[in-house]
Amino acid sequence: MKALLATAALALVLGLSAGNASAQAIKVGMAPEPYPPFASPDASGKWSGWEMDMIEALCAEAKLQCEVTMTAWDGLIPALNSKKIDAIINSMSITDERKKSIDFSDKYYNTPAGIIGAKDAKFEATPEGLKGKIIGVQVSTVHEAYAKKHFADVASEIKIYQTQDEAQADLAAGRVDAVQADSLSLATFLGTDAGKACCDMKGDVAEDVEILGPGVGIGLRQGDTELKDKFNAAIKSLRDSGKYAEIAKKYFDFDIYGK
Amino acid sequence: MSTAASTQPAPARSEWLQPHRIVLIAIAAALVLSAALFMRWEWLPRYYDLALLGIWRTIWILVVTVTLGFMLAVPLGLAQAAGPFWLAWPAKAFCTVIRGTPLLLQLWLLYYGLGSLFPQFPWIRQSELWPILRQAWPYAVVALTLSYAAYEGEVMRGAFAGVPRGQLEAARAFGMSPWKRFRRIWLPQAIHRALPTLAGETVLQLKATPLVATITVIDIYAVASRVRQDTFIVYEPLLLLALIYLIITGILVFGFRKLEAKIPSRLG
Amino acid sequence: MLAISPPGWGANLLRGLANSIQIAVGAFGLGLAIGIAGAWGKLYGSPIVRDLMEVYTTVVRAVPELVLILLLYYAGTDLINRALDGLGYAPVDISGLVAGIGVLGIVQGAYATEVIRGAILAIPQGQIEAARAYGMPPGKMLRRITLPAMLPFAIPGLANLWLIATKDTALLAVVGFNELTQETRQAGATTKAYFTFFVAAGVLYLLLTLFSNVIIGRIERWARRGMPPIAETGR
Repeated sequence: MKALLATAALALVLGLSAGNASAQAIKVGMAPEPYPPFASPDASGKWSGWEMDMIEALCAEAKLQCEVTMTAWDGLIPALNSKKIDAIINSMSITDERKKSIDFSDKYYNTPAGIIGAKDAKFEATPEGLKGKIIGVQVSTVHEAYAKKHFADVASEIKIYQTQDEAQADLAAGRVDAVQADSLSLATFLGTDAGKACCDMKGDVAEDVEILGPGVGIGLRQGDTELKDKFNAAIKSLRDSGKYAEIAKKYFDFDIYGK
Repeated sequence: MSTAASTQPAPARSEWLQPHRIVLIAIAAALVLSAALFMRWEWLPRYYDLALLGIWRTIWILVVTVTLGFMLAVPLGLAQAAGPFWLAWPAKAFCTVIRGTPLLLQLWLLYYGLGSLFPQFPWIRQSELWPILRQAWPYAVVALTLSYAAYEGEVMRGAFAGVPRGQLEAARAFGMSPWKRFRRIWLPQAIHRALPTLAGETVLQLKATPLVATITVIDIYAVASRVRQDTFIVYEPLLLLALIYLIITGILVFGFRKLEAKIPSRLG
Repeated sequence: MLAISPPGWGANLLRGLANSIQIAVGAFGLGLAIGIAGAWGKLYGSPIVRDLMEVYTTVVRAVPELVLILLLYYAGTDLINRALDGLGYAPVDISGLVAGIGVLGIVQGAYATEVIRGAILAIPQGQIEAARAYGMPPGKMLRRITLPAMLPFAIPGLANLWLIATKDTALLAVVGFNELTQETRQAGATTKAYFTFFVAAGVLYLLLTLFSNVIIGRIERWARRGMPPIAETGR
């Protein structure tokens, strides 16, 4: 009887610890494309940036063992739904369109969308300013949706790129006249040699919460409330403890969390 | 996937329609029917026009690059088969380099690689060619043409070398000029020899066309990616896309078979 | 910029090349296994097996690799995990490497089936009949007669498939796998020196092809001792 109890207790303990271990290890999906200042690889193949620091801090806070798994940007949501990954932490904006397929945590940052263009071209980030221009955007981003809604009628073409970087490369090459993207990411590009040489900021686009959404959240499978609660709690406690501000200070001189 | 059966050669009807085939066809039909009924297709009407445009672009790129590529393959093959070393060597080097590297890499080198050099040469943007150079399709056409030329050039080399010597000697004995000999005897026979490979190479070229989507050319593959990226529906657009390629391949194979049947096959 | 140690990106390209070769070897091996089984099925299988193999080879050879890769990459792992789930097992974790090898292997298998089928058909019928007359069981006949005898006929086609395998690994860049082309794209994107890196990667692929050609030439000479030359096949 004693032996039986001991075995049962042991099984219970093992079962619990096994359950814990499997709940703690998750795969975080990220696109293997340079997206400074959020994430970019160095020559040794190591990825760094604000978002990489955030992944580390969020996972530590939520007591999760996160393994970053690289998946192409347009394959992130399919990968999440086919359980190849468990969470997307890749500057993915919270939108109604995406919410039809996946769930989101609370936002962990929010920056306005901006437009850059060639230095010698003078125009503003408005439908009037972009009349007859070719606009480059990254595929399945809020910027693509925004450009299609607000600029499709006036622009001569909206060119869609697989990565943000290719859109910028084509702007530098002169194949597109303007690129719409996250203003911070664009500012970083403008800080590089290639960016300095070719382009400048034309301004932020007008707000459209319906499309641009309330900010950037962690993408999660629908119904995965356990992980959602964990990440929400982690975001909140990082904000409260000042750890969030501490990490942000390394990269930005303003509050990236937004209003 | 059931249409695969229809792309195969159909022997005599009685022989072809064996009992197990009927069962297989029934299963395939059931699969297609359940796919049509239970999968999500509500996005189809919205993308119908774009899909037609995409199919048109795919076929356009295929036809243009195969034609141009073949025209380039003839001198490439000839140079390797019979040219002096200063022609044969560069032709061989070209074929080796193109055939030895992935087409995707060549495409990106042409589009993004050359593009990254543009800012250093401002005069390019002032030139007459700029309106063409700033678009994506010329790079797609160039890359696919060169690729087809290299593979088919290798075939043409063998074809030129394979024309019986006696034919060429007879033409010379008739007092034909070298150009006439080439135009009337050598080239037609070489092309005839290369014809059976043309169908295969053209299907391979069709299968290479979706790569152009990675440099912003909107072909049918890009349209299917669009649907996936807009709606996050993964399988349905891809399955339909596979079906579209199967149909185009079927038409190509059928067309080439007709073409080959038209040309008399007795040689030498 | 191409230096091996950081801040040079040479090591990244070489790591990508190693990944590419790994996938190519795996995919080629898997393709070979599928090819032998497929050719056997097509030649000696029941009518149903033969028809199914015909559908497999026709579909795979008619649909672009890129489409198959996406389809198998997303659907393949999903279906496997759903099947495991249905049988009550925990979902398995399919790494990008395994998925890449699986997908390219299935594509290679279709071509290998045709190559090996053609090679088996090229074996003089008498050899197979002699084996049958000796009362060899099918497995032994495959191992002792069919495979060794078809090898010289199959090698040119298989060599071609190997070269295709090395180049097809580049397609996995589209699904985000870190092989040579993807590493090159990243290096180019970070440094903005796209041209330099794409040329460098081209040289690496070319070296791989040329090196393979040398090895293939040796193998071919060894396998074709005393046989007339065979014409080259397509891509």
